[in-house]
Amino acid sequence: MELLVFVVLVLVVTVVTTVALVASRGRAGRALPPVPPSAPRPVETTPTATDAALPADAPILPATTESVQTAPPVAAPAALDVPEPTAGRIGRLRARLARSQSTLGRGLFTLLSRDVLDEDTWEEVEDTLLQADMGVRATSELVERLRTRVRVEGTRSPGELRTLLREELVTAIGADTDRSLKTLPHPDGRPSVILVVGVNGTGKTTTCGKLARVLVADGRSVVLGAADTFRAAAADQLQTWGERVGAETVRGPEAGDPASVAFEAVKRGIEAKVDTVLIDTAGRLHTKTGLMDELGKVKRVVEKHGPVDETLLVLDATTGQNGVVQARVFTEAVDVTGIVLTKLDGTAKGGIVISVQRELGIPVKLIGLGEGPDDLAPFEPEAFADALLGDEAAL
Amino acid sequence: MFDTLSDRLDKVFTSLRGKGKLSEADIDATAREIRVALLEADVALPVVKAFIAAVKERARGAEVSGALNPAQQVIKIVNEELIAILGGETRLIRYAKNPPTVIMLAGLQGAGKTTLAGKLAKWLKAQGHAPLLVACDLQRPNAVQQLQVVGGQAGVDVFAPYPGSGVGDPVDAAKKAIEHATRMQHDVVVVDTAGRLGIDAEMMAQAAAIRDAVRPDETLFVVDAMIGQDAVTTAQAFQDGVGFSGVVLTKLDGDARGGAALSVRHITGQPILFASTGEKLGDFDVFHPERMASRILGMGDVMTLIEQAEKHFDADQAEKMAGKLMGGEDFDLEDFLEQMMQVKKMGSITSLLGMLPGMGQMKEALAQVDDKDLDRIAAIIRSMTPQERRTPKVLNGSRRLRIAKGSGVTVTEVNNLVDRFYEAQKMMKQMGGMPGMPPGMGRKAKRAQQGKKTKKGKGPGRAGGGPRPGTVPGQLPAGMPQLPKGFPQLPGGQNPLGIPQKPDPFGLNRPRG
Repeated sequence: MELLVFVVLVLVVTVVTTVALVASRGRAGRALPPVPPSAPRPVETTPTATDAALPADAPILPATTESVQTAPPVAAPAALDVPEPTAGRIGRLRARLARSQSTLGRGLFTLLSRDVLDEDTWEEVEDTLLQADMGVRATSELVERLRTRVRVEGTRSPGELRTLLREELVTAIGADTDRSLKTLPHPDGRPSVILVVGVNGTGKTTTCGKLARVLVADGRSVVLGAADTFRAAAADQLQTWGERVGAETVRGPEAGDPASVAFEAVKRGIEAKVDTVLIDTAGRLHTKTGLMDELGKVKRVVEKHGPVDETLLVLDATTGQNGVVQARVFTEAVDVTGIVLTKLDGTAKGGIVISVQRELGIPVKLIGLGEGPDDLAPFEPEAFADALLGDEAAL
Repeated sequence: MFDTLSDRLDKVFTSLRGKGKLSEADIDATAREIRVALLEADVALPVVKAFIAAVKERARGAEVSGALNPAQQVIKIVNEELIAILGGETRLIRYAKNPPTVIMLAGLQGAGKTTLAGKLAKWLKAQGHAPLLVACDLQRPNAVQQLQVVGGQAGVDVFAPYPGSGVGDPVDAAKKAIEHATRMQHDVVVVDTAGRLGIDAEMMAQAAAIRDAVRPDETLFVVDAMIGQDAVTTAQAFQDGVGFSGVVLTKLDGDARGGAALSVRHITGQPILFASTGEKLGDFDVFHPERMASRILGMGDVMTLIEQAEKHFDADQAEKMAGKLMGGEDFDLEDFLEQMMQVKKMGSITSLLGMLPGMGQMKEALAQVDDKDLDRIAAIIRSMTPQERRTPKVLNGSRRLRIAKGSGVTVTEVNNLVDRFYEAQKMMKQMGGMPGMPPGMGRKAKRAQQGKKTKKGKGPGRAGGGPRPGTVPGQLPAGMPQLPKGFPQLPGGQNPLGIPQKPDPFGLNRPRG
């Protein structure tokens, strides 16, 4: 027992000494993560749906995905699935959200029915944003800006306020950010390499599988790299996804070196002259330094073949304020270029991405809308803002 | 970096210092800060509102304590209230009178159900049970295989009548599993179900069907500690759809504050039974309410820190080190390097410091610290000869130049390190060999001292009411009876040891008057 006290004592002493040694140097703040490269190759993987213009209640895609829940028998491996085209997918987000009829939407609806802007209205606005996981700081900033605008522009009715709020939200999300995904092969024939990272259980493997389907649907060839050698049966899971669309999966031994699997996958991709190599990595909590170092190694080793084109951080829409910390640490380790927001089909709003965009400038590029194989869509700020506020305005 | 609640409250109370009494105005002023602190910890908004109302109520009627300043008193109330909610009626698994006992797991996708099934099985096995894992997640590709692998690692049987990946009927699998368990004499059955969303009526109906088929003795709701505001909606949906009798919090090894624990407990009233703290099957523990309370408030989590230290520190080395410190011997660069490497093993230095209470004042200094700096310091020290490490006094100009070249830094940096090291060494000596600490210590020394004190104060309190007295120092070690002499430096009335019975752990962080 005394030993324990000693241990802690020593620990504290060391930590404090270290801080004393280091901190006094007064170094300037470290540079923020770079914004995605300025001159992307002229590629859009995901032909963006034009549904911003579509009425929300337009008959959206056939409800293929609904049937997934009843688990239809998988077709014989020989017959490959033909994924739906990617266009118009985001429309489904609205359909799903309409289904969930969020309390938020209702909250703002009552807000709309009043005629004057009083303190209660403001509080409701604030509550709405807070409940979407936007975070205290981002919320109070946004509300402060709104208040100023309301004072300047003399807005009276809550209806106008809502419009303003939506505008502010879209600005906060970044309407003009480059959200294209670099998935075309390089001019020298080298495939584009996409690395998928994230904490445990956010849906990395599923995202990889869905992304492979999207790419195949758009007529690309894909190699999957199962660099998740840690979780039991993760490689099998990815392979199942790959087989469904006829993509080759490169895998290594269980508990093998993920960096070597990733390296082999890219090598295979180059040999087979495919367009894109997708590398799935094991989930890791950002607090595990050892695992974060391992991830850094995976990226460094893959880059022996040439730079990684996209590093996608998969973030669960239910994630709370910890999301910002995750994004920061992952960016420090592997320089994240985009975020995939998954599980947006539930009641979660994923407002945390606003904080991430605000603090780190990393844009959301894709969203995951459910368990169906084609439930992956390009991100659209306007649709997302509407979803955060409930769907009333769009209806 | 979030400010801790104590920092925030400190700011609010600076103008009120010295009053020592809790007034209506004080309570209102603090309410907002508590609200922000809880929201940043991802406690759901409705729960925050209800919680604050309760705290206000209690604070109003609270006896004014002479020993605590207003900030401390409010924090004490908040903390006690949190522990009361989180910890009320903690219990373990209820076993059925007639085996098999059926435990069903339910939760969102990616919450960690399958991994938890393995952990639970291993834990049950260690308790002398013969668990059976049942694969009812036939949805996600290869979830069945994952459960089989996990079961293999835990050394328990896995019952998987269907191949999964979309094939098979989970309700039927669950039914057959019970028969199988009875036949094979398993006394506990753990049913792993597919992840599902609260709003997915069809899947919720399926979960309810599985429940009706197996009539579980315990239905555990598995929830990710990182979940945000959605915790309330989800918990409510699962409560209505399946009905659960207990909660398991997963991924507590991350740095999420875990406000979801409070939200779920508050909304559903179901107790939190277990906490899962890592990827390995052994990283599984019963839930400690008071640790969770500190964590939600961002007050530092000394117990976890101690456990981590225990796990990663080489006991012999630590003892040697402590002996050195106590004996007032010189703390040399070699020791420093060794300690630094051990600390590094435990995770990033910022997250470690986050766990230490009372580090609030150092936040700014912390913002500049980065693990790369540690590497640089290590590089400099490693470029020294053993003799130089033991006696840095021999470091003359040419030696310093050589070291700078060897480690790829400038001579100034080497100089800085050496200078600061002397300071640190002096400080260590004072701390270690103190026969009554000299009052003229520098600020840094005070900080270190502070950290230590907190631990001392916490120890006895926890040992009294904490769930694991064995891991806590029950009394001050004999080797350091001098330490309390340092306390008279504190402003009177804040002496932590003066608080009877349950010393407020947070009051100790504040020796600045």
